[in-house]
Amino acid sequence: MDNLFFDTYIWPLLLVTAHSLAIILVLLVSLAFFMYADRKIWAAVQLRRGPNVVGPFGLLQSFADILKYLFKEVIIPTTANKPIFLLAPFVTMFLALSAWAVIPVNEGWAVAEINVGILYIFAISSLGVYGVIMGGWASNSKYPFLGALRSAAQMVSYEVSIGLVIITVLLCVGSLNLTDIVLAQKTVWFAVPLFPMFVVFFISALAETNRPPFDLPEAESELVAGFMTEYSSTPYVIFMIGELANIILMCAMTTILFLGGWLPPVDIMPFNLVPGVVWFVLKICFVFFMFAMVKAMVPRYRYDQLMRLGWKVFLPLSLIWVVLTAAFLQFTGMAS
Amino acid sequence: MQDLLSNYYPILIFMALAAVITLALMVVPLFAAPHNPDSEKNAPYECGFEAFDDARMKFDVKFYLVAILFIIFDLEVAFLFPWAVAFGEVGLFGFWSMMFFLGVLTIGFAYEWRKGALDWD
Repeated sequence: MDNLFFDTYIWPLLLVTAHSLAIILVLLVSLAFFMYADRKIWAAVQLRRGPNVVGPFGLLQSFADILKYLFKEVIIPTTANKPIFLLAPFVTMFLALSAWAVIPVNEGWAVAEINVGILYIFAISSLGVYGVIMGGWASNSKYPFLGALRSAAQMVSYEVSIGLVIITVLLCVGSLNLTDIVLAQKTVWFAVPLFPMFVVFFISALAETNRPPFDLPEAESELVAGFMTEYSSTPYVIFMIGELANIILMCAMTTILFLGGWLPPVDIMPFNLVPGVVWFVLKICFVFFMFAMVKAMVPRYRYDQLMRLGWKVFLPLSLIWVVLTAAFLQFTGMAS
Repeated sequence: MQDLLSNYYPILIFMALAAVITLALMVVPLFAAPHNPDSEKNAPYECGFEAFDDARMKFDVKFYLVAILFIIFDLEVAFLFPWAVAFGEVGLFGFWSMMFFLGVLTIGFAYEWRKGALDWD
C-alpha cells in the first residue's frame, strides 16, 4: 500500500520537479550566454571588441554583471506604490519562465505535454504586458509612465498579427499541441510555404519583446530607460532576465512554428543521427543571431511608423493570408 | 478528470519553481546590499530637477483607441482558434461562415482606417 502510494504520487512528482528545475536552470544559465552573444555580435558589427575581460573571451561577463547587481541597494522612490512596484518585475520574470513549461525541446521532452500548448503560450505571453504597465504606473514618475504607455500599446498592437500568424499555422496543422505542430513539418518546414507569415512573425516578435529597432519604450535618448527608469538592483535584473527569457521564447516559437522544431533539416543519414535537442538549440541560436543582427544594423523606428506598420501593414497582410490559406486548403481538398 | 490533472499539474510545479527562483532573486539584496536611503536618492527621477508636476497626468486618448481596437481583433483571433483547429471537419459551410464573419470585421476595419483611427500624428 505504502509502496503503491509512493509509486503513483511521490515518484512522478519528484521526477516532474527535477525536470522543471533542470529546464529552468539550463534556461537561466543559457540566458547569460545569450546576453553575452548579443553584446559580442553588436560589438563585432561596430568593429569593437565587446566584453573580453571577465573569463576567457569575456564569457563570464553576464555572471559578473548579475553578481554586481545582487550587492546594490534597492531604491524605491518615496512616491512609488510600493507593493505594485515590487510586484511588476516579479510578474515579468515569473511569466517569462512559466511559458517554458510546454516548450518541447525534443520529442516528448516538454515538462507538460498539454493539448492546447500554443494557446497556453499565447495566453502567458499576453499577460507579460501587465508587468510593464504595473512597473510604469507604480513608479509614479514621468518617464516610466510614458514608457509603459508606449510599450503596452506596442505590445498589444503586434500581438494581433502574431495571433493571426499562429492561426495560419494552425490551419495547416489542425492541432494546438506543439509536438503535433512540429511533426506536421516532417515533409516541409512551414517557413517555406508560409514565408510571408514567417517574416511577419519574426518582425512582430521583435516588436513584442521591445527589441531594437522597436525599442521605443526604452529609447535612451527620449525616455531614459522607459518603464525601468526607477528600478535598481535585483528588481532591475529581474526585468532584464524576464525580457531576455521572452526573447528566447520568441526564438523558440519561431523555431517550433516555422523551422521544424527539433527535426533535422533533411531526413538523411548524417543529419538524423544528431539528437533533436541539438537541432532545436542550433535553430534557436540562428534566430537569436538574426535578432542580434537586426539590433546592430537597423535604425530605430519612430512611434507613428511603428503603429502604422503594425495596424496598416501587418494586420491586413496576415488577415489576407489567413483567408488565402483557408481558401487554398478548402478548395484543393487538403484540409485535414 | 484524472487525465486533465496529470496533464496540467507539471505546469503548476513549473510555475511554483519559477516563482520561488524569482522571489529568491528579489530577496537577496535585502541581506547582501547596503541600505542607506536619503530624500534625494529616493525622489523620482527627472533629469536631476525637482519633479515639477504630478506624474499621474493626462495622456493621449489614442492609447485608449489602440486598446479598444486590440480587444476587437484579439477576440477575433480567439474565435479563429477553434475554427482553425476544426477546419477539416467544418467543411464548406464552416469556411463560408467564417469568411462572412471576417468580411463584417473587415468592413469595420476599413471604416476605422478611413476615419483615421489608425493614424498616429
